[in-house]
Amino acid sequence: MQLSREDLLGAYRRMKTIRDFEELLHEEIATGEIAGFTHLYCGQEAVAVGVCEHLSDDDKIVSTHRGHGHCLAKGCDVTGMMKEIWGSREGLCKGKGGSMHIADTDKGMLGANGIVGAGAPIAVGAAMAAKLDGKDKDGKLKVAIAFSGDGACNQGTTFEAMNMAVVTNAPAIFVFENNHYSEHTGYKYAVGTSRDIASRAEAFGMKVWRADGTDFSAVHDTMREVLEHVRAGNGPAAVEFDTERFYGHFEGDPQRYRGKGEMDRIRSERDCIKNFRRTVTEAKLLEGSDLDRVDEEVAKTIADAVAAARAADRPTAEDVLTDVYIDY
Amino acid sequence: MAKMMYRDAVRNTIFQEMKRDDSVVVLGEDVVGGMGTDGGPEAIGGIWSTSTGLFAEFGADRVIDTPISESAIVGAAGGLALSGKRPIAELMFADFIGVSLDQIWNQIAKFRYMFGGKSRCPAIIRMVYGAGYNAAAQHSQSPHAILTGMPGLKVVMPTTPADVAGLLRQAIRTDDPVIFMEHKALYGVQGEVPDDPDFTIPFGHARLTRAGEDVTIVATGMMVGMAEQAADTLAEDGIGADVIDLRSTSPLDEEAILDSVEVTGRLVVVDEAPPRCSLATDIAALVAEKAFASLKAPVQMVTAPHTPIPFARELESAYLPNPDKVEAAVRKALSYN
Repeated sequence: MQLSREDLLGAYRRMKTIRDFEELLHEEIATGEIAGFTHLYCGQEAVAVGVCEHLSDDDKIVSTHRGHGHCLAKGCDVTGMMKEIWGSREGLCKGKGGSMHIADTDKGMLGANGIVGAGAPIAVGAAMAAKLDGKDKDGKLKVAIAFSGDGACNQGTTFEAMNMAVVTNAPAIFVFENNHYSEHTGYKYAVGTSRDIASRAEAFGMKVWRADGTDFSAVHDTMREVLEHVRAGNGPAAVEFDTERFYGHFEGDPQRYRGKGEMDRIRSERDCIKNFRRTVTEAKLLEGSDLDRVDEEVAKTIADAVAAARAADRPTAEDVLTDVYIDY
Repeated sequence: MAKMMYRDAVRNTIFQEMKRDDSVVVLGEDVVGGMGTDGGPEAIGGIWSTSTGLFAEFGADRVIDTPISESAIVGAAGGLALSGKRPIAELMFADFIGVSLDQIWNQIAKFRYMFGGKSRCPAIIRMVYGAGYNAAAQHSQSPHAILTGMPGLKVVMPTTPADVAGLLRQAIRTDDPVIFMEHKALYGVQGEVPDDPDFTIPFGHARLTRAGEDVTIVATGMMVGMAEQAADTLAEDGIGADVIDLRSTSPLDEEAILDSVEVTGRLVVVDEAPPRCSLATDIAALVAEKAFASLKAPVQMVTAPHTPIPFARELESAYLPNPDKVEAAVRKALSYN
């Protein structure tokens, strides 16, 4: 289905926001200004945005430790996230979580996660809650989405969660982003001999889909079908997107495992944002100048967010003890 | 007041709270029991009979029978809680925290803190712990110290049916994750339970079950009865003991322990778990740090030995603390002058 001009610009804006947010982090981390571990999502933007464009704040997502893209796609505040990554007490999680634990339950974002494979059971719980709530005011069944990578698909928790979602007929969607690497190990080695993640979900009795995760419209169209299926009360479903990771497992990873010319090929042929630009301009859906204008706006948003993060209040020693419990 | 067993206090409290609040849900292995069998749902309502009748009343969406998948059970409780529900997850044996530890330790215990205080996680993980059934090393443990050591979790250990009702209702109405530990050897214990449907007991308030001025005995769960038996025997010799049932280990009622030790000057800690890095050592350290000047004798610890739990009756008996060991420890404390 062809999206409106407005929707296409919105999707492009979100993808570009993720890209610029992360390119900025890539640069800043190299200067040593940002503490801790950071795992970049660059290259996979079409998946987060193609999935989350279909969701409302009532739908939940559970993310991975490559979570910035999912957070931004789900509507988390750009500046609040930047402040969080800078470790400010004004950050989205008051500087308690950092890059790996950003959450905003008001937006239906139940958290990035530092443990590979830990999110899927949590998403199933959110899906059970959605089922209990019944349909929302627009008559839609709420859903919960578990984003998992090709690494997480090998964790037992993911299998437990898929089986339990099927058993309980919970409206959970397992979105597998196969970016071909779990940390520094290729999926060709780690994902069994079939190298097929979706077929694992199929084995639990779920309907599954597969699509090119670097093609926004393929992701968006596929997710429309997946969501129609799940929102109709057919129980859980799974989808595997084939995608690319532009940077290493973590920032600072020298990526010695990459093949010769691999990054050049990915950057030139499999860049979801470049491909989106080419597709929509060739089809005369948008003008290059429309997209350039979005680029400028996004660049300003990110620059402002960084300036705000640098200027934001730092936490104090007393903040260590807050928010451990609600009441004692 | 109604007289009922410990296990019935669990079930009745859950039933009443599910009636009162639609957001309360139950999940776990065999909480319905018999699903997918010719016997049908509720052929067994949990092996401990703590969920019998819930399915018939509240249905499959609120009484969620799960596969044997402890990580998914605890994780789903986390997801339910973050989504506005009040899940009560059951681990059939506390030993199975090993299978689901990431979801307990890295997930539910940390959501509130990691997410900057904006997220509530009102999840309860009920678990059945303790020795006394010759269930051997993987079905008899008391892992309360491990769980107490995890910031973000509240750890509750009721001893009487009344405490089950008051503390479980409190747990269900609490916005933090609560580990609710039920001792399997106490399930058949009878006691009076207040009829008040809003009867709650706040956490962090110990219960003084015997009063005396010569020694303080601190215990939890099945150990409370042993401490009481020892105290009754000692009373025949004119020795008075304060017996303190902690009721929760996180939060811990430090004041009750310290106030008592300041009077008695002698402390015996009875703990069902092995001795290293345990509740016993924690309380001994608390008193050493904050009431050292009151002590007239070294702190005595009556614990299991540093070993896995054995199977044979003779071995399990030797493993567990008992009233004689508690009494001996008190007499040893009194031997210092």
